[in-house]
Amino acid sequence: MLSGTNVKTLDRVVVRFSGDSGDGMQLAGNIFSNVSAGEGSQISTFPDYPAEIRAPQGSLSGVSGFQVNVGKGVHTPGDEADVLVAMNPAALKTNLKFLKPGGIIICDVDTFRPADLKKAQYATDDPVTELGINPDRIMLVPMTTLLKHTLEDSGMDPKSILKCKNMLALGLICWLFDSPVESVLRKLQKKFAKKPAVYEANAKVIQAGWDYGHNTHSSMPTYRIETESVKPGVYTDVNGNTATAWGLIMASEKSGRPLFLGSYPITPATDILHELAKRKDLGVKACQMEDEIAGVCSAIGASYAGDLAVTSTSGPGLALKSEGIGLAVMAELPLVVIDVQRGGPSTGLPTKTEQTDLMQALYGRNGESPLCVLAAASPTDCFTMAFEAARIAIEHMTPVILLTDAFIANGSSAWRVPEEEDFPEIKPHYVDANRVEQGWKPFDRDENLVRYWAIPGTEGAMHRVGGLEKDIKTSAISTDGKNHEKMVNIRREKIARIADDIPELQVNGAVDSDTILVGWGGTYGHLFTATEELNATGNPVAFAQFRYINPLPKNALEVLSGYKNIIVAELNTGQFADYLQMHLPGKEILRINKVEGQPFMVREIVDGVLKHIKK
Amino acid sequence: MVNSKDKSDMENNAEKRFAPADYKSEQSVRWCPGCGDHAILNVLHKAMAEIGVAPKDTAVVSGIGCSSRLPYYMNTYGMHTIHGRAAAIATGLKTARPDLTVWQISGDGDGLAIGGNHFIHAVRRNIDINILLFNNKIYGLTKGQYSPTSDRGAVTKSSPYGTTEDPFIPAELVFGARGNFFARSIDIALDTTKEVMVAAARHKGASVVEIRQNCVIFNQGSHAAISDKERRAEHTIHLRQGEKMLFGENMEKGLVQDGFGLKAVTVGQDGYTIDDVLVHDATTPTNFLHQQLAMMDGDTLPLAIGVIRDVEALSYEEEVEHQVESVRSKKGYKNLRDMILSTSETWTVE
Repeated sequence: MLSGTNVKTLDRVVVRFSGDSGDGMQLAGNIFSNVSAGEGSQISTFPDYPAEIRAPQGSLSGVSGFQVNVGKGVHTPGDEADVLVAMNPAALKTNLKFLKPGGIIICDVDTFRPADLKKAQYATDDPVTELGINPDRIMLVPMTTLLKHTLEDSGMDPKSILKCKNMLALGLICWLFDSPVESVLRKLQKKFAKKPAVYEANAKVIQAGWDYGHNTHSSMPTYRIETESVKPGVYTDVNGNTATAWGLIMASEKSGRPLFLGSYPITPATDILHELAKRKDLGVKACQMEDEIAGVCSAIGASYAGDLAVTSTSGPGLALKSEGIGLAVMAELPLVVIDVQRGGPSTGLPTKTEQTDLMQALYGRNGESPLCVLAAASPTDCFTMAFEAARIAIEHMTPVILLTDAFIANGSSAWRVPEEEDFPEIKPHYVDANRVEQGWKPFDRDENLVRYWAIPGTEGAMHRVGGLEKDIKTSAISTDGKNHEKMVNIRREKIARIADDIPELQVNGAVDSDTILVGWGGTYGHLFTATEELNATGNPVAFAQFRYINPLPKNALEVLSGYKNIIVAELNTGQFADYLQMHLPGKEILRINKVEGQPFMVREIVDGVLKHIKK
Repeated sequence: MVNSKDKSDMENNAEKRFAPADYKSEQSVRWCPGCGDHAILNVLHKAMAEIGVAPKDTAVVSGIGCSSRLPYYMNTYGMHTIHGRAAAIATGLKTARPDLTVWQISGDGDGLAIGGNHFIHAVRRNIDINILLFNNKIYGLTKGQYSPTSDRGAVTKSSPYGTTEDPFIPAELVFGARGNFFARSIDIALDTTKEVMVAAARHKGASVVEIRQNCVIFNQGSHAAISDKERRAEHTIHLRQGEKMLFGENMEKGLVQDGFGLKAVTVGQDGYTIDDVLVHDATTPTNFLHQQLAMMDGDTLPLAIGVIRDVEALSYEEEVEHQVESVRSKKGYKNLRDMILSTSETWTVE
């Protein structure tokens, strides 16, 4: 280990792993972030992968990245990396822009071969000079050679040996972060419990990476990461899609209704289907249907049958499901629709993140068809909001659209596995035998205008629902105009009254300032961090993130009205700003927008706010 | 096919005894006077009483179209949904609740045009629903456009000079989708309609029943050439399991194998004896002959009615259920938390 003279202590450190899709960068990144989390760090990760499944090896378009931020007060994967790991010249070229000025690069110099350089479109045979990199900040490690030497007696074939290169990089990272390799080895041992030979080889390679760093690069500064105390409990690392799936399972357990998913593969939502398909071991029925429409329709059938019914998709799929969702609005059936937003319109940027489906979620159906719209703020908040979506759907007999996005769906953070009592019971709005006996009609309502759920098999409660308008009194088909208007207003009011059943809007930061930064959904981490930075640099700003979009929290408009400057930052051209503007006609809603398929950078928000308040 | 589960259901229900009226709702029926749907609805009430599944355990799902109004006339659970999607909705309903008996009501437009994709996949998946396909070869509710089953050249409001496309033969789609149950009837053949409905309900898996139906307003006489009293005996053949394929006024005609095809002959003429006439077997897995029978159009060969194919196969919702049971018992997780702690990398913060 280093003598310590050169060890820098940092609150948080961002590492970006980059290489070919097959280089195992995500695994190396995951192990590093999980080990850090186990030692008390907060973590946030974000994969940045190409749309092509296997682009040509070594090409610029084939580079994928995995960024992790570990330490204290971590709310985003970080704007820029302190350390960049580049496994080939293409990765170096495409990822250099994500490196902080003065950051460190670790690169496999064995890949600087003429063919690789040509594929990565270099003009010279010296990438370091060509890219203008300070030679003191780059560790040119002969990774491939080291790897071959380390494993020459292992009896492994050359291809299998090369697969361990990510572990060599991980060993180097351990050294750089002044972290003993033991905890990494413990993780690996678990992972390869059934393959001891693979474990042995990887362990040897990690140690070799660590030793190489220690023996040859003592001049490079290494880091020690600050940790902080968090709520006691059992923790795991979870991404947004998995958290969404688990939140739904929790809602199923708390409501006593079996979980049904009707879905169709679509990036970046498919992992929800994958996870729930595995969860047959918890009784989940996850059905891959023939198309997006069948996804939502099978869920509607399952909902009528009495299940907690869900369909998961992304923007284009939501468009296809519109008519089905309208049926659930009209039939007043509980239904959870998950939209993992991606770049649009049309096929757009399938693997990239955006917040451009808000208006579609709110209004993208024929007729007056109000429903509840929620948005998750972070990977772990996906759990809470998926639970909330199910709770509201079941207790208020309505479809609920939950908006997440590619950024939080694929990004991960450390998450405390909830205890039994952390989430409330969900009470399905069943019709009881008493009511049935007294001549119950399917569209009879309680004081919150919620109709009752009569599950097939219930004696005496046989009833028909459908897309045609119903008579307010008899629940039979009606084409009467006055009746229709009453029903339209009832459906609207039913959704509005959900506001009594959701938390109020919380304001953080400099609450008494005259400026409030407002966001919604998955931009939470970046806006939170930007608020901290603004307040720390003498620019007092309050901050509120919306997770309940329709209806808005009861206090929302009053709270916002109290501020002189309302600045809405979002990853679209101003959809939520327009929505708020509609509710606050007297106020000028200021905007910070970005539609590049990438999350915000904290500094973009800081700059945007400063520009608005200094006007 | 009657499997053991159905047998026990039937025995349980035998004591209960439901009457056709138990399946009938109070809604007044709004189809045009003379529409074939009236007859089919009445027969369905009777068939359900014979099947004996309680109204509370029966669900009827439809799409959009004239025939799709049917669930409102049933005193069962029911959904009148959106155009073309009944099969997908019924699939979700049955998968969630395999204990229910689920019927799908679709017309030729609803089931084979806008809903064609869901139709073939429901059949392929072999979900245990009973699909009643009301085929009148026309769009009635939108007032008379040609449908995917309209004959080439059909003159309708949207094809004033005749259509320039070939129709689907519903049976051919069912076989293309590897279907295991196909039956056919005609709206006026009440007994046959009831017989095939009951058989469809007892079949485990997706059952398709095509009912040729007359539209008095927009396609009057759509099946007159085969169903008129004086023509019916010569132009239809009622297939019955294990019986000779005979038809005609005095059952004097029969179907015989002719190379790779079928031929109608008169028994006792041209050297054909009763031994040459084929015996119907709906349960044989190979569907070659079933297809030949189902494709007979009532012109050169008689239109086949009755149960044409009825082969036992694994049904989707039961397989889902079995898989859930087997995975659950193997893994044995108590709940979500137990699963996460058992499968995820975790660490404890004190």
